[in-house]
Amino acid sequence: MSVGIVSYGAYVPKYRIKIDEIARVWGEDAEILKSGLMVFEKSVPDVDEDAATIAVEAARAAVLRSGIDPQRIGAVYTGSESHPYAVKPTSTIVAEATGATPVLTAADFEFACKAGTAAVQACMGLVSSGMIDLGLAIGSDVAQGAPGDALEYTAAAGGVAYLIGKKESELVAIIEDTYSFTTDTPDFWRREGMPYPEHGGRFTGEPGYFKHVTNAAKGLMTKIGTKPADYDYAVFHQPNGKFPTRAASMLGFTKEQIKPGLVVPRLGNTYSGSCMMGIAATLDQAKPGDRIFATAFGSGAGGDAFSITVTDRIEEIRDKAPKVEELLANPIYIDYAKYARHKGKIKVA
Amino acid sequence: MIIMSVPRFWRKQIARYNLVGTHCKKCGEYFYPPRNMCPACRREGEIEDFKFSGKGEVVTFTVIRTAAEGFEDQTPYVLGIIKLEEGPSLTSQIICDIQSIYIGMKVKPVFRKLGQDGEQGMIYYGTKFVPEKC
Repeated sequence: MSVGIVSYGAYVPKYRIKIDEIARVWGEDAEILKSGLMVFEKSVPDVDEDAATIAVEAARAAVLRSGIDPQRIGAVYTGSESHPYAVKPTSTIVAEATGATPVLTAADFEFACKAGTAAVQACMGLVSSGMIDLGLAIGSDVAQGAPGDALEYTAAAGGVAYLIGKKESELVAIIEDTYSFTTDTPDFWRREGMPYPEHGGRFTGEPGYFKHVTNAAKGLMTKIGTKPADYDYAVFHQPNGKFPTRAASMLGFTKEQIKPGLVVPRLGNTYSGSCMMGIAATLDQAKPGDRIFATAFGSGAGGDAFSITVTDRIEEIRDKAPKVEELLANPIYIDYAKYARHKGKIKVA
Repeated sequence: MIIMSVPRFWRKQIARYNLVGTHCKKCGEYFYPPRNMCPACRREGEIEDFKFSGKGEVVTFTVIRTAAEGFEDQTPYVLGIIKLEEGPSLTSQIICDIQSIYIGMKVKPVFRKLGQDGEQGMIYYGTKFVPEKC
């Protein structure tokens, strides 16, 4: 029995701010930042957008793309580190706004940048066991970064939704297997009630990102007996452009394999949406039979690896909802003052 | 500041989220916000729920520069009357460049925050409109 992706949908707000503009405000060298981070601009939410509205737009795109009856959805799980409420689920808002209510289970997930892929794994389990027909797993964030902090150059907004099912005729991609590597590593956190996260600077690299990404990736390939050359594409969590490029190289994947899914240079880090956006961008151009290797990372810390094979059905439904490339096209550029207003960094009395 | 009570919003929540109105099967008229009784057919009418596509066009609009309490951070913004393809008209915020809006502009729905009761109260979500080509 196969389990996999029945549909997917992405959403990116229209606004962008260039790294040069943020660097101008803080007196930093934009060229050094851009070449170091391999990020040139990042998405910014509108004043009335948050992780819930973005999750709804992504979920509606996934339902639209597949044409399925949303009443078939038996679980809605939204992963985010910027849920608008501390107590009250984002997922009930998504479920209601996609027409999936009331016969379903719902909960919000939180695991830094990999809450969305944790939601995918939960849906895979529920679908495989026969508890539900279809599961909706979402990663959505309006990522926070304190003014002047290194995170501010990359913390972006966007969301991706995956409909997980097991009817073979409906699958656009089969998820052959998944493997997770998790330890208690305090590389990045945000305390209750605090507006911005704290991080361990360079500590987020080796003991955080690289250890968990490479161990999850190697663990999955060992488990199912594959090697990097068996895959057409690879996607790794993208907090910046440098980390996934280096992780790919450490594991033996080529730059060509990661190219279609490397959206971070023009999008920034959409936190829970990051790796899932890369997978969506890859599905947007993959051919039937192509294999995709993906590894998400969440600080705290853990890595979720997936081995995916695209089916013939991708070509039937791919064009029925906006592709990631279309969402990235024709942005509206704003300056730091407008960005501060959009992000609520300016308080109006 | 309280925009409206939580139960009052919740009662019409599905209409605001998903543009669910009503349709009279007898005379064919569509209603948004939903009506429980057809004003033309009265007790002869047959009312059913109807989900609008959300496609429509701008009938008229105004640019809000001095906003009501709770909306100050959004000025200037466009408030307009949109005529849905199926017939009914509704008032909504239209998210666009204030220079680009015009009467007759085709619009489509989006899911946005409508407002919130300060920092501690409920967040109200629902439908706003954007230009169809944006």
